[in-house]
Amino acid sequence: MAQHQVNYTQSGGLPVALTTVDKILNWGRSNSVWALTYGLACCAIEMMASGASRYDFDRFGTIFRASPRQADVMIVAGTLTKKHSEFIRRLYDQMTEPKWVISMGSCANTGGMFNTYATVQGVDRIIPVDMYLPGCAPRPETLQYAVMLLQQKIRKESANKSQKPKRLV
Amino acid sequence: MMRPYTPKDNVQAKAYYTDRFWVAPRIAEEPVPKEGIYAEDLDALSAKCKVLKAYIQRGQLVIHIDPKDNITALKTLKEERWYEMLSEMSAVDFLAERGGFEVFYQILNLNTAQRIRIKCFVDENEAIESVNPLYRSADWAEREMWDLMGVKVNNHPYLKRLIMPDDWEGHPLRKTYPLEGDEFAQWYEVDKIFGKEARDIIGPENRDPARIDRYDTERFARLGHEVPRGTPPEELKKLEEEGVVTPVRYQEEEGVFLVKDLNEEPKVLDKRK
Ligand code: SF4
Repeated sequence: MAQHQVNYTQSGGLPVALTTVDKILNWGRSNSVWALTYGLACCAIEMMASGASRYDFDRFGTIFRASPRQADVMIVAGTLTKKHSEFIRRLYDQMTEPKWVISMGSCANTGGMFNTYATVQGVDRIIPVDMYLPGCAPRPETLQYAVMLLQQKIRKESANKSQKPKRLV
Repeated sequence: MMRPYTPKDNVQAKAYYTDRFWVAPRIAEEPVPKEGIYAEDLDALSAKCKVLKAYIQRGQLVIHIDPKDNITALKTLKEERWYEMLSEMSAVDFLAERGGFEVFYQILNLNTAQRIRIKCFVDENEAIESVNPLYRSADWAEREMWDLMGVKVNNHPYLKRLIMPDDWEGHPLRKTYPLEGDEFAQWYEVDKIFGKEARDIIGPENRDPARIDRYDTERFARLGHEVPRGTPPEELKKLEEEGVVTPVRYQEEEGVFLVKDLNEEPKVLDKRK
């Protein structure tokens, strides 16, 4: 975080650290990406495993919230059916900006093995996705890595950039 | 009752080259014995309504009745013969062969552990009377039958789609329904959320992106059947007719440049260090 060396002897012994507003805002944001519990199918088991004590998401500041108003990232874990597509869009719209989406597993990425009339062929037909995790199901390590990459992405962004509507597909 | 074991090897791959409309061999039908519980059940039933056909299949009584008699028949069997549980009911699509559906009711007598299957044939636009007043388990089963098959049910307390969304069009378990959905199904979520105008922006669904086309010269080809990049399709056909096959080579066969073969012999230390 600190970009400038602090010389405590010269600044009167004060613990002063200099940074930019962007950096400190993004530092806070990236270390508390709260995830919306969005388990739809078997991938949800791996998402839950990532949250439990062995993999322990809490140490990244990622805590699962059951309300879209409190969540920053939506981890779409599982098969999205057409019947449900309306609700995922509504929940996405209810999340407060800034918000991100991780599409977890083949089903969420492309419809996976469910090449049928009832499955949405990729959540990116409905909501903009920031990160795609391959796998069926991805291991908790993959999800952890995705969250860490997302943190890097957040830290690189400008903190108060105007929120452009993200392009779909 | 256990079903006889049939080997299931290759069963997944077979689906690609077997006929979808293959007719399974019928299970043998035996006559109903002259005495016994099933004979009494059949007598009680034929006193109340017309039995079109009755036989024993795998030790279980199967009765065909007229669809108009379904309430009478089930009521008789429930109240006089104590078949108190409707364990399963649904319909089978025979639209192509006979222009209708076969609705079946599987009922169970909890005292004798005997089961009866009642079958009736309804035409495509014919409605069947709801058996919900007799068996509560018919409630969802009839809704499902309406939802997925499109069999109409009369006097059902709440005939609403059970599985598909309420505004769905079509009945997906009919054999004529395409697996990947009709146009309505393929654009369902786009139309519903963004409106029909968004179809052009979002584009059609990309189904089966892993499909490998043997005449595709740009992306993946089948191993051993690679084709030169950019070859026009006519020439590819010609190449194939000539039987041009790229030999598949493995690295290990001729050794790899600068890499020594693994020494298979284990190294044994003379003494512990
Ligand atoms: S990607 Fe695999 S594990 Fe994940 S929801 Fe789909 S089928 Fe289940």
